[in-house]
Amino acid sequence: MSAEKAIVHHQRGKPTPPDLSLVEKRESSHFGFRRWKNRCAHAIFLLSTMVGVFVLGALLWDVVEEGWAWVTPDFFNNFASRLPEQAGIKAAFWGTLWVIGLTIPLTFILGIGTAIYLEEYARKNRFTRFIQLNISNLAGVPSIVFGILGLTLFVRLAGLGKTVVAGSLTMTLLILPIVIVAAREAISSVPNNLRFASFAMGATQWQTIRRVVLPYSMPGILTGVILALSRAIGETAPLLMIGAVSFIAFTPGYALDAFTVMPIQIYNWVSQPQAEFQHLAAAGILILLAMLLSMNAFAVFLRNRFARKDR
Amino acid sequence: MKNHSLATLGRFRRKRTLGRVWESMIPKFLLACALVSVLTTLGIVGTLLKETISFFTKVSLFDYITGTKWTALFNEAQQSFGVLPLIAGTLLVTGIAALVAIPIGLASAIYLSEYANPKVRKVVKPILEVLAGVPTIVYGFFALTFITPLLRTILPDMGVFNAVSAGIVVGIMIIPLIASLSEDAMSAVPRSIREAAYAMGCTKLEVALKVVVPAALSGIIASFVLGLSRAIGETMIVTIAAGATPRMTLDPTDSIQTMTSFIVQAATGDHSFGSIAYGAIYAVGMTLFIFTLLMNLLAQYISRRFKEEY
Amino acid sequence: MMSQATMSRYVIQVENLDVFYGEKQALDKIQMSIEENTVVALIGPSGCGKSTFLRALNRMNDMIPSVRINGAITMHDENIYDKSIDVEMLRKEVGMVFQAPNPFPKSIYDNVAYGPRVHGEKNRKVLDEIVERSLRQAALWDEVKDRLKDRATGLSGGQQQRLCIARTLAVEPEIILMDEPTSALDPISTAKIEELIQELKRKFTIIIVTHNMQQAARISDRTAFFLSGELVEEDQTDHLFSNPHDQRTEDYITGRFG
Repeated sequence: MSAEKAIVHHQRGKPTPPDLSLVEKRESSHFGFRRWKNRCAHAIFLLSTMVGVFVLGALLWDVVEEGWAWVTPDFFNNFASRLPEQAGIKAAFWGTLWVIGLTIPLTFILGIGTAIYLEEYARKNRFTRFIQLNISNLAGVPSIVFGILGLTLFVRLAGLGKTVVAGSLTMTLLILPIVIVAAREAISSVPNNLRFASFAMGATQWQTIRRVVLPYSMPGILTGVILALSRAIGETAPLLMIGAVSFIAFTPGYALDAFTVMPIQIYNWVSQPQAEFQHLAAAGILILLAMLLSMNAFAVFLRNRFARKDR
Repeated sequence: MKNHSLATLGRFRRKRTLGRVWESMIPKFLLACALVSVLTTLGIVGTLLKETISFFTKVSLFDYITGTKWTALFNEAQQSFGVLPLIAGTLLVTGIAALVAIPIGLASAIYLSEYANPKVRKVVKPILEVLAGVPTIVYGFFALTFITPLLRTILPDMGVFNAVSAGIVVGIMIIPLIASLSEDAMSAVPRSIREAAYAMGCTKLEVALKVVVPAALSGIIASFVLGLSRAIGETMIVTIAAGATPRMTLDPTDSIQTMTSFIVQAATGDHSFGSIAYGAIYAVGMTLFIFTLLMNLLAQYISRRFKEEY
Repeated sequence: MMSQATMSRYVIQVENLDVFYGEKQALDKIQMSIEENTVVALIGPSGCGKSTFLRALNRMNDMIPSVRINGAITMHDENIYDKSIDVEMLRKEVGMVFQAPNPFPKSIYDNVAYGPRVHGEKNRKVLDEIVERSLRQAALWDEVKDRLKDRATGLSGGQQQRLCIARTLAVEPEIILMDEPTSALDPISTAKIEELIQELKRKFTIIIVTHNMQQAARISDRTAFFLSGELVEEDQTDHLFSNPHDQRTEDYITGRFG
């Protein structure tokens, strides 16, 4: 489509076609008005964009103001408590580490496995398109629905109970679409001529994947996995559904222990009417945000570290 | 010479080795990985369907769809299962979120795609990414401890739990999504089209609104639909800030209940598995799933069907 | 017996080879025999099927899902399109150098050692020897011997292409296919590669696709002219260029088309 045709095309159906061709002929006051409009719009667009920045600032200020004083060594070392002064985040902190620790290998294998299958092995047929469509729709399913699935499938049907394993499995399914999409993108960015070079030397498909495709795409894959995990760390609803309890006075010792995680502990505090608990919630949020921020920083570090010139 | 050719006979013949077996197993294993996501979908649909059907053997589907009273967690004598109040609550919050997110998201996208210089983009885009990565529990806290008190200085009569505060924050949550997807759509509009308009003396605003936005319209609308689908499924913000009062209302200062916050309320209470109240989790879950699925499919349809060809 | 001996001087015999991409026929009934230790140039205008022919010889066409192949290509008395053929073993014997240099984003050493490793060689000493030998054969050793651990992608284009040749030599193939190996290189690098090809033909059979007729004339013993999926003429290079039998060949080499 040529540019002129495109413009005509885009004007079709508009009540008053803008008389673009008359621009030069109009008197300067009209042009001045249009320039003024443009400047106003510029300001409005900029302000709108700044809303995001302001909100982030307000949010951080809110959390820091409410919670900073409550981030103490005791806060890390104490379990949940009826008394705000004695309440801490220890069980939730370790619970989060446990859940994420089990989620990492599961997502890694399933996510990358799926991505490799779709990019390297699958033929472009109906079945493959079906899997792809399925994955993109799964990405849009609300997390609470994954919670319902986890509750029914893992907690009840599989008899895992309200345990770390059930939580990790639910989280894995939840973030799998994100990991798959990121991994596919990374894998498809590997130039085909590297694959051909490998095949031409008599390498098998799997040797080519393992020795050429995966090393090349690993930074991109890792970035995607980390971002997905940081989503998992902040998820509350699915774990609430599978019954992660918030009043736990121990750290999980093994994978079939009951557990709580930081967002649930925070939710529990937020739901308490007393103001002190709001401070605890804010303190918990600070820890949570610190974890997320360091994970994101690590992802950015990976991206830059491996963003070499030859890619 | 003859010996030579005899010696090499079968040189390329396939041999059954461990490596061969391994090589043929791998695609099967990877296919199994890929099938996990298909099974997940089947699992979601299956569990929802099974429990929902058994729910509707006890509760009339017609009453569910048309009823205006939702008291699923009351004792059995007073139970009423009309889902409309939950849908109304969900749509109220989503509507408020749309009022916040669509103008701001679109304006941000226009700014980033048409006006911003690379330096500004380099600062603003990561901030939007961070905003997109903030856990919803944190947004819920923000709604309850920042937005609600702020609103209550203007509307002193408003309760602590209300739809507007939750709606605003849900809107804030989906701004980055709408902004980045719309910006992608606008960036895909070829420069030549813009240049043609500039060459005719158009201002940036005219180029943006009369050329770029119309050209990218399908992608932009798809981003709205996806954003609103996300708003419908959002759970923690509404659970924390919007209250737990299922009611048919259009008053944003009222306390309401959404589908998602009902599910949380029912699942975290102690209702025994198999009770009608418990079954209601699945019926509402199914309703929610259908809503979001239809919107996601709609978004995909729009962006594919009306894809501009440059 | 005599005929048997001359027979086996042919390392490749192509009989009635048809290649289809979907509905489109890319090669039509190709007949050709290639002798060992020769350089064969494949020439012809773009889209004539010369690259398709080259890729048929190591079954790289297999990667295209819609491809269909009839006829036979015989190497060592075996049809390489037979069901029992191990494509990886075939490609180990029939190496390939591509149009644009495509070194892996690994070290120079790891690039050359890639093939042997893939075929199971783990011994460091053996690998060291293979790497040195291959780089020497590719006339690159002196330029890179002090920086084997450097990334291959930091080399110049001509060096990269010689590295790719070294990488191919490392698996000790019998035949080397080259798909316009110098088209992305400057004249000096091209000259080096051409010189290298003359050196390599003592040990290997080389089949090279080229756009450049002067190059074909300079380096090849025999030349095959392809046109619209057909092998028009195949002869000793000096014969083909000085005294072509077919009018179309004459038109092409005198520059009347293509």
